[in-house]
Amino acid sequence: MGLKEIPLLFVLAGLVLYVTLAGADFGAGFWQLVAGRGERGERIREHAHDAMAPVWEANHVWLIFVLTVFWTGYPTAFGSIASTLAVPLFIAAIGIIFRGAAYALRAGTTSLREQSAVDTAFSISSVLTPFALGTVIGAIADERVPVGNAAGDMFSSWLNLTAVTIGVLAVVISAYLAAVYLAADAVRAGDAELEQAFRRRALGTGVVAGALAVVGLVVLHHETHHLYHELVAGRGLPALIVSVLAGLATLVLVVVRRYELSRYTAALAVAAIVAGWALAQEPVLLPGLTVSQAAAPHDTLVAIVVAVVGGGLILFPSLALLFSLTLRGHIGYIGGGPASAEQLPDGGPTSGGVRGVVARSSTGLLVRAAGACLVGALGFLTAADAGWAHVIGVLSLVGFIVLGVCAALPLALQEDSAAGD
Amino acid sequence: MIAALIGTALGPVQQHYLDEARQMQALSFAVHIPLVCFGVAFPAMVLLAEWLHLRTGDDLYRTLARRWTRIMVALFAIGVITGTILSFEMGLLWPNFTATFGDVFGLGFAIEGFSFFLEAIFIGIYVYGWERMPPRWHLLSGLPIVFTGFSGSMMVIAVNGWMNHPSGFKLVNGKTTDVHPWAALFGNRFFWHELVHMYIAAFIVAGFVVAAAYAVGRLRGNWGRYERIALAIPLTIAALAAPAQLLVGDWAARTVATDQPTKLAAMEGLQKTTKGASEHVLGWYDAKTGDIKWGIEIPYLLSLLSTHDPNGRVQGLDAVPAADRPPVNVERFAFQTMVGIGTLLALIGVLTLLVRWRRRRLPQSVWFYRALVVAGPLSLVCLIAGWVTTEVGRQPWVVYGVMRTADAVTGAGGVPVGYAVLALVYVGVAVALAWILRRLARSPLAPHADPQPTTQV
Repeated sequence: MGLKEIPLLFVLAGLVLYVTLAGADFGAGFWQLVAGRGERGERIREHAHDAMAPVWEANHVWLIFVLTVFWTGYPTAFGSIASTLAVPLFIAAIGIIFRGAAYALRAGTTSLREQSAVDTAFSISSVLTPFALGTVIGAIADERVPVGNAAGDMFSSWLNLTAVTIGVLAVVISAYLAAVYLAADAVRAGDAELEQAFRRRALGTGVVAGALAVVGLVVLHHETHHLYHELVAGRGLPALIVSVLAGLATLVLVVVRRYELSRYTAALAVAAIVAGWALAQEPVLLPGLTVSQAAAPHDTLVAIVVAVVGGGLILFPSLALLFSLTLRGHIGYIGGGPASAEQLPDGGPTSGGVRGVVARSSTGLLVRAAGACLVGALGFLTAADAGWAHVIGVLSLVGFIVLGVCAALPLALQEDSAAGD
Repeated sequence: MIAALIGTALGPVQQHYLDEARQMQALSFAVHIPLVCFGVAFPAMVLLAEWLHLRTGDDLYRTLARRWTRIMVALFAIGVITGTILSFEMGLLWPNFTATFGDVFGLGFAIEGFSFFLEAIFIGIYVYGWERMPPRWHLLSGLPIVFTGFSGSMMVIAVNGWMNHPSGFKLVNGKTTDVHPWAALFGNRFFWHELVHMYIAAFIVAGFVVAAAYAVGRLRGNWGRYERIALAIPLTIAALAAPAQLLVGDWAARTVATDQPTKLAAMEGLQKTTKGASEHVLGWYDAKTGDIKWGIEIPYLLSLLSTHDPNGRVQGLDAVPAADRPPVNVERFAFQTMVGIGTLLALIGVLTLLVRWRRRRLPQSVWFYRALVVAGPLSLVCLIAGWVTTEVGRQPWVVYGVMRTADAVTGAGGVPVGYAVLALVYVGVAVALAWILRRLARSPLAPHADPQPTTQV
């Protein structure tokens, strides 16, 4: 393995993270859809939303990561896939719009009835999106995407037995991951009834997911025999074994209520499936196109590695912060936690405070400095033509705006004493 | 200009609906870009309000910051999805563009992905951390949102700058070779003016739109201390940014004159390469005669503006074949709309600052607030007109002088169907967004949150 494969590893890792993290988000939408009526249904919907609301945007970005690294590292393959599989990708995109809109809209709902209406209306997308994205994976695995601009069939490329099976599997895995996550979350919230509800759902969908995986192998045997052979007897076999073991371990952990641990084994099972697929298909990316043929030139590959490693060094600590704050309850869906009054600065509205801000900054001086910056910008940005002069000009302009705000804002804020509305 | 395209990565296709594909892209972009302004500029205003609360202890600022936070998160969520649509469309509509040049420009989007990632993470922490984190830490958790808003725009505009002024690669038989992505994206002198222009535009748009919302309230008699401060913060920022934007716009136009002379010629409707060229305000470009009809002519101004010499030489449309020119009237109309509205917004800004400086208060005339109400939507029109100017002016090229948009488009069928579905969905999203913003504006904070401040009307 060399430099040409490294971006593909990033893409596959991003895919595993997207399936396990955002998959749980779509799965939560699935459980909202089938939660049923009445108070109990509403509680399930409520719980599914509250658990996901702070993290869904961050989870969703893994898809953007997968797309951008893929089109930078393997542009020809990306163009071929996106044009042939335009229909399922477009369906997934529309589903993502609905899913995101549901979160935005919910912020404006005032009653439970409105909330559940929003949830139900948008939960359909939670099934559509993983299904459509699953068929995309299936179509690639089934060698239905030739190199070229929309060279494959617009419909039969993804509406075939292999692709549809993987699409359905994606939906079930999402529902399963969500149930495990929500059960764990219910334990943290100390809600035994909800925990039971999601534990049952986790076990049920876990068994279904396992059965579907077996069906998937049978389908592969008939439809894509080469891949099947590599998976059960070739390079993919170790990964397949790991996946089966991790899947079984997950079920056992759910039975014994070790939900937190079971999330990791579930992720491992998903990762092993993806790894098995990659190993079985390697070195071919698309029919007639190997990974190294598809790879971008050397400088671009190096740039991707630098960007991903550098970005990861900032990203992962931030993500860890988000998840640890969420898990420890330092942040959460408004849910009226202990509004620690002692943390608030003492004292109510004091006009003296505002005057303090004003007094600390001499307005006349600020106005003059802002004016000087504006004159500087006129000289360096407008009159001059050199690049270095423009840098000074832009900085002067920024100085003008910032100093201007500092000068003008306090006047507006203290105005009530003068204007007396 | 680099030698014209010899081949593309995926080969030629027939696409009957090229214009529909263009319109679908333009629609997606026009929906997304106002939300970007709020993603970039609004967090700074929210943080300013929160900082004022920490500085003064006045709970009014805290209420303001919390209410704005709810607006910010709703707009961010919609911005996330409309942005995702744009990244899908890179493949769905323009697969040959991405297939041929993804290795040159893609890095910008990959880094932008990280930027966006961090923004999403810290928005999550900031929004759901109200009341649960120590105040100072909460304020700090908002700062990365402001930084990533800037770095994200920088990455996307680096790609746009590269599309307008491509370099950092060679193209041989449809394959890129000798690719230097860092140099292509960041060693490009063309993108700096675009970045500054867009970043300041974000503050103008967010400032005027938010100010317009409270101006509506004032006209309806909804005017207490809370509303006045909620109007003063965005208005002050926009009032300073709008005049500053004139200087940046002038800089941008001069860069376009140097690097994309045909775009400038289309913006001005200048047919022949001219020394001492006149500027025409308003009017209509007649493609047959190459003249501007019914325009107001200002002699020597175009040469003076673009070369700093009243007798300077300005390249005309006739320097390139007709097939390589953008649609002149669309381009001219968009450009004049942007300049006209931008100047109007700058005047409102200067007026605000003058009244503030001389009389030490906000303007009191009802006409000022009526103008503000109009300025909000106008700033959005101005923003979109500006992007039409740069994007339509780039046509017929997707990569200026290298790849035509017609060669970038997908060969897949069903473009009009996708366009119709997306348009319908976006109408729905717009209605939903309007509904939720009205709700958020009316409803008080959740009952378990802060008590209503007495100052609120």
